[in-house]
Amino acid sequence: MTTFRELLSQVKTGIREVTPQEAQAAAAQGALLVDVREADEWAQGHAPGAVHIPRGFLEIRIEEKAKDKNAPVVLYCAGGVRSALAARSLQELGFVDVVSVTGGFGKWKEAGLEIVVPKTFSAEQRQRYSRHLLVPEIGEAGQAKLLASKVLLVGAGGLGSPAGLYLAAAGVGTIGLVDSDVVDLSNLQRQVLHTNARVGRPKTESAAETLRALNPDVEVVRHDLRLDSSNVLEVLKPYDVIVDGCDNFATKYLVNDAAWFLKKPDVFGSIFRFEGQASTFTPGNGPCYRCVFPEPPPAGLAPSCDEAGVLGVLPGVVGLIQATEAIKLLLGKGRPLVGRLWTYDALEMTFDEFKTRRDPRCRLCGDAPEIKTVEDLSWSCHFDPLGKQERERVLAGGTR
Amino acid sequence: MPVPVKIPSPLRPFAGGESVLQVEATSVAGLLTSLASSHKELASRLTDESGKLRGHVRIYVNDEDVRFLDEEKTPLKPGDTVAIVPAIAGG
Repeated sequence: MTTFRELLSQVKTGIREVTPQEAQAAAAQGALLVDVREADEWAQGHAPGAVHIPRGFLEIRIEEKAKDKNAPVVLYCAGGVRSALAARSLQELGFVDVVSVTGGFGKWKEAGLEIVVPKTFSAEQRQRYSRHLLVPEIGEAGQAKLLASKVLLVGAGGLGSPAGLYLAAAGVGTIGLVDSDVVDLSNLQRQVLHTNARVGRPKTESAAETLRALNPDVEVVRHDLRLDSSNVLEVLKPYDVIVDGCDNFATKYLVNDAAWFLKKPDVFGSIFRFEGQASTFTPGNGPCYRCVFPEPPPAGLAPSCDEAGVLGVLPGVVGLIQATEAIKLLLGKGRPLVGRLWTYDALEMTFDEFKTRRDPRCRLCGDAPEIKTVEDLSWSCHFDPLGKQERERVLAGGTR
Repeated sequence: MPVPVKIPSPLRPFAGGESVLQVEATSVAGLLTSLASSHKELASRLTDESGKLRGHVRIYVNDEDVRFLDEEKTPLKPGDTVAIVPAIAGG
């Protein structure tokens, strides 16, 4: 019968051990650093860049993380015992370059090497975000990023409603809402953040109530104002990503410019009747909104504003494209709509994509920019495809 | 041979309700001229009084903005697809 001590000394003669400093150097050279401790130990802090596979799951999960059995693997636990046993198991699995850290994480900390303390999730959060935690591209690190992120929704209307709901559900930790309007009965056909009972109340108040009820993890910040050149930089500044769901050209250009000056990504979306557009503008990489559309339409030709009408479900589709883009940007995953203008035709049910480029002639981000600071665009909504009299007749109940 | 021109829904009322117009043209300028005679109202929404493409309307030939090709002089050949995309600002 072999005692544990005998087993351990046997194991240790069959594996290679390294100091924490050597382990850190190996990891810096690209070795896979694996923390084999239990979840509660990992949660107290771990080596930066380490992956966490508890000893009990090591053989089952190691091949997901280490595809090449010739590549170096560095294992550590709390004191160097479990990682020594783990090293032997990996050798048996065919890993040829496995080492165990002498003294484990205890020695690592003693040596004054860098550690990271991961975000810990409450039991409720583990359950709430479980379907995110299961997705390899998100996982705990991604969910922690979302919870620490701040997204500003410009407009709590058609686009802001679906975007806000899903961003809150996803656990984006701070959601700012800019809107100076009150809820109108005619909004409820598409602005799903609001309810019948809240008609007449400020949209930001109504939206905040809905989002907080959906996910108490989310801090909702209300900005009951209309953006203009005097306040836009200050309002946008604290946020990581701007989701532009505003309903007029003046604000679209203002938000584009402010986001560019602040070097923040601007996820643009627009809708009109059956038509949707979206794109992502990341300052320093790809075009801005002005590169795509250098000028707003002249008054009289401008397809915009409430008066023109919109299919109620349309902003649902477009707002969620924007929310998807925002989440991808926050996670740093996937390929955003940078350099791409996405368009959606709900009548034909067609989706198109067009190439967009930074325009060297762009007045904002071109080679000889003329716009040096945020400025207000004098633009008013005069588009009236039906004609004023005709529209009033239709709204009063007449047929077309 | 005509080139198909995709008309976005906001401009369809000015294109007889059609989502695609087949236009005989060998350049973007020719296409605009042709539209000016067949669909005057549509053309007036694409170009200004001097015939220049408006700043809020993009014309794409095979997904590439003509501003980054040869602007109005961009040639069109059989098999090309043209799309018109106007700026919209609803939210």
